[in-house]
Order: sequence, then structure tokens, then C-alpha cells
Amino acid sequence: MLKVKDLSVYYGAIQALKGISFHVNEGEIVTLIGANGAGKTTTLNAISALVPVKSGSIDFKNLNLLHLPAHERIYNGMAHVPEGRRVFARMSVKENLEMGAFSRKDRNMVAQDAERVYEHFPRLKERRHQTAGTLSGGEQQMLAIGRALMSNPSLIMMDEPSMGLAPILVSEIFGIINEINNEGTTVLLVEQNATMALSVADRAYVLETGKIVLEGTAEELSKNEAVKKAYLGTV
Amino acid sequence: MTLFISQLINGLHVGSIYALIALGYTMVYGIIRLINFAHGDILMIGAYTVVIAIGSLGFSPVVAIISSIAVCVLFGVLIEKVAYKPLRNSPKISSLITAIGVSMLLQNLALLIFTPTPKPYPISLNVEPIALGSVHISFTTMLTFGVSLLVMMALQAFVLTSKAGKSMRAVSEDMDAAVLMGINVNNTITLTFAIGCALAGIGSVLYCIAYPSVSPTLGSLPGVKAFIAAVLGGIGLIPGAVLGGFLLGIAESLTKGYISSKMSDAVVYGILIVILLFKPAGLLGKSIREKV
Repeated sequence: MLKVKDLSVYYGAIQALKGISFHVNEGEIVTLIGANGAGKTTTLNAISALVPVKSGSIDFKNLNLLHLPAHERIYNGMAHVPEGRRVFARMSVKENLEMGAFSRKDRNMVAQDAERVYEHFPRLKERRHQTAGTLSGGEQQMLAIGRALMSNPSLIMMDEPSMGLAPILVSEIFGIINEINNEGTTVLLVEQNATMALSVADRAYVLETGKIVLEGTAEELSKNEAVKKAYLGTV
Repeated sequence: MTLFISQLINGLHVGSIYALIALGYTMVYGIIRLINFAHGDILMIGAYTVVIAIGSLGFSPVVAIISSIAVCVLFGVLIEKVAYKPLRNSPKISSLITAIGVSMLLQNLALLIFTPTPKPYPISLNVEPIALGSVHISFTTMLTFGVSLLVMMALQAFVLTSKAGKSMRAVSEDMDAAVLMGINVNNTITLTFAIGCALAGIGSVLYCIAYPSVSPTLGSLPGVKAFIAAVLGGIGLIPGAVLGGFLLGIAESLTKGYISSKMSDAVVYGILIVILLFKPAGLLGKSIREKV
């Protein structure tokens, strides 16, 4: 479904991604794990055109994304939950969800999807008239995910959904990621919390300073000694 | 009491013009964090368009007004495309200097084309003022106030409820997140400039009816005052621009009535300094709090 090949990204003279290649098959949960600064966020931002790509290719459903301007990429069924949630703080929860459905015209379908989001996150329904800035961190993360779901994506990319959340909320968010995947949405997950990420993912790639150093099924990587030592905190 | 009420009404008159212009500053700032110093000069462009449309082309006042608003919009959009868009990813100071440069360019072009000699504004309203007890309210005042109020309410409704209005708010809050929603940021910025300049075009007509002398520097003073109004209310916030505009207009005309007309500008700038000392983000603005 998503094929990234030899992707290179520069910030000025610094090479943030040194030609990485990976793919995501339909129906999978794939995770990119790695330390801070390894290039995980940059990878997602390059796919969404938030940062310019120097070389390489990104194909989504056999479509070369590099030819598409940033705002049009979502029209092909791709959604991105950015790092740090980035909800529209001065807009209400309901309006945030409306913005998520900006690319769609069919109002009935959009209303159905809003209901689906509220089913996943009943707390958002209670707070739908509140401005997003007044929500707690966990609720904002739920809103960010809900907003992305409003475009009815076939691929959802999530950047550090567990960041800054209490452990109980982290499990809740990962539970939701599983639910979303079970409903047929493919997931590309970027996480520092490698333990959680590997527990939900089918396959994983390990990024280190802009390069993919390891790849395999989540199960294989969970047992890999190097991964255990560097990312899982268990030896 | 009569003096107070009539100065208050005068204040609402100029205040509504300031508010209309301040909206353009604040909307543009809200969306691209740029103080568009050329915004005041859009008033001048609108005024000369009316002069040409009626004086040289023989248009009727209504057609002249509509075409002047259209020309204002055209210039605003053009300025954004040519001068600001290429600098969108440059440091903020570059676009700020560019904005000052554009303002000077427009004023000097006008100086070259129209000469510094002021031209009379060809639209005037000769309607008897309405007496309410001992207070006389001119028709111009009522028209200005009414039109501004109507336009501001329409703008508020547009921004709060329409899809394009919501996308403007989204871009102004977080440009990258807006892109991820599928919003075309370039079009949204163009729309913002277009609306801001349309408001300035309307403001230009109302301003020139009150002060019917058209010169190349016509836009400077109302431009600066409107900018202060926008900062006063909280730049980037639409209700802030309206509040700031009215407050500024009222403060100015009360000073003119009770202290001296020479002092009015000093009072206006004094208010700005005091407010910025105590509320740096403006009356309605909240200081940005970092959420970790």
C-alpha cells in the first residue's frame, strides 16, 4: 500500500534521512521505532510533504506522492496524526472533527464517521462543544486521532501517540489503535515507547540516525537482543 | 452632556472606520504572522480608483465604489503573491521590511502618477443631520456606523460558520495541521488578503466621505491608527480589532472634545503604551502558554 524507497531528507546541510526504504502492506500495523532524533518524525513528515524530499520515492496505492502537493495527499486516503497532537486549540471538539473531514463532500457519510469517532471516544462526545485547548493531554490525543479518522483514511500515520500520557491512557490509546486496525485501516506507527509499539504491530523497522538498521516481524524484534538492550530496557 | 454624547457619536464614527481597517491587519497577521504595513495604502488606492472612475471614466458613484473595492482586492492579492509569498519561509523580519517597502513603493508611485496635490473626493452625502434632542447626528455617521456593523457581523458569521471561514481559522492556528486536513493553504491566504482588502476598500469610501481630500499619503494615518487598534484589541483576533477600533475612536474624539485636538494622537499612543505595559497581548489576547 505504501512504498518508500531510498528516501533522503536534509535540514540545511544536515542529512536527517539517509536513504531509507520500507513498505506497509494493506491491513498491517507497521511501526518505526528508534531513539529521539533517529528520523522517525521526519519520515512521516516527508510522506505528508511537511518537509521537502531531496531524493527517493514515495508510492501510495501505486501513486507517486512526490507529484502531489501537500494538501492533496489526504484526498487519496491518507491521514497523519502529527507529533504533539496539533489540535486546533481555539476551535471546538466538533469543529476539529469537521476540519478532519475537510476533504470530503458527502455529509451523511461524514456524520456517520463522526458517530464512529464518538463511539471510540465517548469523552469527546461529552465535550464536543468545548474548545480543544481546554482538553487534557489524553483527550487532545484522542481528538487528534479522531480528527484523522474523519477523513475516512485507508492508511493512518500516527506520530508518538503515547507521548506525555499517563500509563493507563497509553494502554487505552493502543487499544484504540488495535480497534482502528481491526476495522480495516492500515496503521503506520512511530513510537519511542517500543514495548507498546511492538505489542500491537505486525512488523517493525528500527531507525538509527537516519538509517534503517533492523527490520522484521514485531515478534522477531521483541526477541532480538540488540533491540531489547537499546529500546525495551530488558536484557 | 451634549458634548459628551456628540463626541461619543463621533468616536463611534471614526472608530468603525478604524475597526474595518484593523480587521485587515489582524486577519493577515492571524494567518501569516505578518504586519502588512502596506494595508493603509490600500485605502489610498481605493480612493484614487474612485477619483478616476468618476472623474475620468464617468462612472456612477455606485459603480465607482464597487470597482474601487474590486481594485483594492486585486492589489491586495497581487501584493501577497508578488511580495510576501516568496518570503513565506524566510525570517519574519524579511517580510516585515518588505511590507514597509511595498508601502513606500505604493505611496511614491501614487506621488509620481497623481502628484502631491490633493484631489477632492467626488462622492459626498448632502443629507440633513438628524436631531435627537440637542444632539445632531449626521447621515454620514449613521451610514458609516451601520455599514461597518453590518460588514463586521457578516465577517464574523463567515469566519465562524462557513467552510472557508473555518479553514481560515485552522490555517491561522496551525498551518501544518491545516495542510494535513487537506486545506489548500495558498488559497486560504489569498482569500484572507482579499477579504482584508475588501474591508479596507469599504473603509476607504467611508473615510473619504468624512475627509474628502485624496493624496498619496492618505492611507498612512488611518493605517497606523488601525494598526494600533488591532494591537490594542489583541492582534490576530477579529473581535479584538473591532473592540480596539471603537475604543481608539472614542478615546480620540473624547480627547478632542475635552482636552484639545492637538493632544488626541498623544493620548492614543499613550493608551497603546499603557496597555502594552500591562497586557502585552492586547485587551482580548492571551499570552501564549507553552503546553508541555
